[in-house]
Amino acid sequence: MSDLLIELFSEEIPARMQKRAADDLQKLVTNGMVDAGLTYASAGAFSTPRRLALSVEGISKESPTLREERKGPRTDAPEKALEGFLRSTGLTKDQLEIRDDKKGQVYFAVVEKQGRPAADIIAEVLENAIRNFPWPKSMRWGAGPLKWVRPLHSILCILSDDEGATVVPIDIDGIVSGDTTKGHRFMAPDAFAVTSFDDYSTKLKRAHVVLNAEERAEHIWADATNQAFAAGLEVVEDKGLLSEVAGLVEWPVVLMGEIAEDFLNLPPEVLQTSMKEHQKFFSVRDPKTGKIVRFITVANVETKDNGATILAGNQKVLFARLSDAKFFWENDLRVAKSDMSQWTDALSNVTFHNKLGSQSERIARIESLAREIAPIVGADADEAAEAARLAKADLSSEMVYEFPELQGLMGRYYAAAAGASDAVAAAAEEHYSPLGPSDDVPTAPVSVAVALADKIDLLTGFWAIDEKPTGSKDPFALRRAALGVIRLVLENDLSAPLLSIFTKVNSDADGSDLLGFFHDRLKVYLRDQGIRHDVIDACIAMPNNDDFALLVKRAQALSAFMKTDDGENMVQGYKRAANILAQAEEKDGVEYSFGADLKYAEQDEEKALFKALETAKAAVDPALAAQDFEAAMGAMAALRGPIDAFFEGVKVNADSDVVRRNRLNLLSQIRSIGASVADLTQLEG
Amino acid sequence: MADSDTKPRSFQEIILRLQNYWAAKGCAVMQPYDMEVGAGTFHPATTLRSLGSNAWAAAYVQPSRRPTDGRYGENPNRLQHYYQYQVLIKPSPPDLQELYLGSLKAIGIDMDMHDIRFVEDDWESPTLGAWGLGWEVWCDGMEVSQFTYFQQVGGHDCKPVSGELTYGLERLAMYVLGVDHVMDMPFNDPQSPIALTYGDVFRQTEAEYSRWNFDVADTDILLQHFKDAEAECERILAAPYDDPKTGKRIVMAHPAYDQCIKASHLFNLLDARGVISVTERQAYIGRVRALAKKCADAFVETEAGGFAA
Repeated sequence: MSDLLIELFSEEIPARMQKRAADDLQKLVTNGMVDAGLTYASAGAFSTPRRLALSVEGISKESPTLREERKGPRTDAPEKALEGFLRSTGLTKDQLEIRDDKKGQVYFAVVEKQGRPAADIIAEVLENAIRNFPWPKSMRWGAGPLKWVRPLHSILCILSDDEGATVVPIDIDGIVSGDTTKGHRFMAPDAFAVTSFDDYSTKLKRAHVVLNAEERAEHIWADATNQAFAAGLEVVEDKGLLSEVAGLVEWPVVLMGEIAEDFLNLPPEVLQTSMKEHQKFFSVRDPKTGKIVRFITVANVETKDNGATILAGNQKVLFARLSDAKFFWENDLRVAKSDMSQWTDALSNVTFHNKLGSQSERIARIESLAREIAPIVGADADEAAEAARLAKADLSSEMVYEFPELQGLMGRYYAAAAGASDAVAAAAEEHYSPLGPSDDVPTAPVSVAVALADKIDLLTGFWAIDEKPTGSKDPFALRRAALGVIRLVLENDLSAPLLSIFTKVNSDADGSDLLGFFHDRLKVYLRDQGIRHDVIDACIAMPNNDDFALLVKRAQALSAFMKTDDGENMVQGYKRAANILAQAEEKDGVEYSFGADLKYAEQDEEKALFKALETAKAAVDPALAAQDFEAAMGAMAALRGPIDAFFEGVKVNADSDVVRRNRLNLLSQIRSIGASVADLTQLEG
Repeated sequence: MADSDTKPRSFQEIILRLQNYWAAKGCAVMQPYDMEVGAGTFHPATTLRSLGSNAWAAAYVQPSRRPTDGRYGENPNRLQHYYQYQVLIKPSPPDLQELYLGSLKAIGIDMDMHDIRFVEDDWESPTLGAWGLGWEVWCDGMEVSQFTYFQQVGGHDCKPVSGELTYGLERLAMYVLGVDHVMDMPFNDPQSPIALTYGDVFRQTEAEYSRWNFDVADTDILLQHFKDAEAECERILAAPYDDPKTGKRIVMAHPAYDQCIKASHLFNLLDARGVISVTERQAYIGRVRALAKKCADAFVETEAGGFAA
């Protein structure tokens, strides 16, 4: 057995690509080895800003020799057949064996595939991996044709066993493999040789490189929280930032710095965003006041002055950044307090979409829609309209221009500063929600009204100009908007006739097509809750299917019903009844929907079904009227026994025409009672 | 004593050290292009010379104008007229990062005391139809340079690839000199008989140009100039390659490109005057890009662009 160590040493790899690249390297190399017949025991991949590394242990010394036998044509077969066989095997006639077979003598080809040493296979697999590496974005450099994420400088590739390490020879456009690497760019820039993975990671650490990204992240987090704790403070957790920062350094050095007094009154989100986006700083909070009072930066180098110069530089940059932020904040507040309409007016110069007009035209539409929706969600119509009018005003603010990700949040601060009610201010922030499947759904009525109006305007607008999502293309995030509407309606248990709202908003939009789009999103949403698509289809086929709260209640009840034994069998009985009816109606050219008469019932099973249907109908109708689908389905479940017994003992196509028709009309009662609950014919199985 | 062992004392000393450093590394030290541009990249020594197969190495200071960044000389960091230091080497040498770090050392940045980082930053110039991959270089959290491997310019694949370095000189110098307001920065040696600050040289012009850029520039005239530059660029490029007077093949890529530069700067001025709406913006950028692409097409038809008769 041998162990393999690969390191691909390059100029700085973007932090966001490192982990995926290490995984891809492992996959490409180990899969390639296995495909070529090698086996291995374990593998691990690592990344730093300047290197991808792969360690594979317990690799077989060579691939096994394979012997393949192929049966050819008979010796007396036409010459053409033999020629074809020789071509496909790549052999000559005298290399074939002749063996006896039941039907006579037959040619056999025996092809032996020689095993190959591991090093040959690895060289080939690695070259292939490098030349076809799936970087999200790659580049050329110098005069060569090779592509890598940034210029590739060296390849370390060694196989080691008890007798020592040997270089696996590779030459990729002049980059020749070897057994050396380099340490930290500034602290240990000299090359050194390694003999194994352990030797490599130990020597790297001595050369101020922590190979494992998780180890770097853990070190950063532990050191940051310790330093904060010692000052009575806490670090604001940010996993995304932590992994990004761990990808920016080979030798993390954590430094905590002060935020100048002038900036401590900025909203915490502004401090946090500015420090994170521009500087990749962590925020450090005073747990007593909740305010952000310091920052943590992570340097890549140890210095004689313990980072004092680096920290001073970072503080200076932060000062300039926060001066800008403070300038924006104070200017914005001045505008908000004096007259926010200058912001909303300015939005008339901002195009929302060239076929859908300006932002301010869109806001006007949202405003009238929010007014419309307000009574449905229990909001005051004037308040909802005011909230809609102000909700996007912050798009004109300087802060949001600088930090688009603060839209909404700044709107809330500014609306509050302008003296708007809490509900109106909250709507400025919350009307964008929910942004994703796990984002919180607003519950405050004014926020819900504006959130719905915002999304419905977006969807009807793009439907009207026929810019619908196709395949993976959804540039305006319309799927997300539709899911947002669905969640807003369902989680707030709103009974809203969406179709009529669509048509009212934008008569150019094909409302029923849009409703179909919603139904598709709803299927995805409900599938995640364990409701089968055919169950949903059975409910979508019912009237009022634009009232999603109703639709989902029905689907949930039907789903539960279908999970019971009675339910599933009742549906089987229902389908059988429906099929018999369909055939009979086709044949007879009439519809059997007249009331069946008990007096023509001859058998007990028949009479029992009459009674059961009567009882069920008496229970189902009022339950449906009360939208109590559970009760309706429960009453329907009671039909299972009588229906089964009926089909067991009664022949529908009786000799007497009167009896036959009466039985068909009886079956039609099953059909109508089932159809009143859901379109059960849509159910599978 | 080598330069790098001492701190520079002025803005101009930093420029001089960069000039000496890159000259010593074999670059042709060129002079600024004599037209208004938004960035050093627009200099034909970068834009055009990054095209074609001929090797190239140039370094130069380029005064750059960004009308929308004018702050009347009052903002500590923002200027409508500032300087970039630009290095372009084709093909990009394998030790370009080391060469770059050497230049930081030359201007007095001690690698043992500072934290230098290469942070992902993909560069794209929609007006030049150009893009590349590289980094912004951070020194103690401050962006001090752009480092780019050009992949495409004017719609042409760069083969070989040029390595481009762009230093924002004022910001870099302020950091090295420890100055907080750009106008307070010593322009020449503070010990000189007549010591001048950056403000002595530029405060007046920043105020004048800010006023002109934002409020006074005649937009009708600018619009007409834009159209003229665009038309002239097209006209130049439409001329046959063979010059009837000399009988020689003379492709006029550079004169045409001058008009493209003009159009680009006029667009920036119009933008600062606030007369270009969001939707129009894209259209204007597209028009300048179309010119840049045609100029690139023409340049690769020249000898400098690798054309072999």
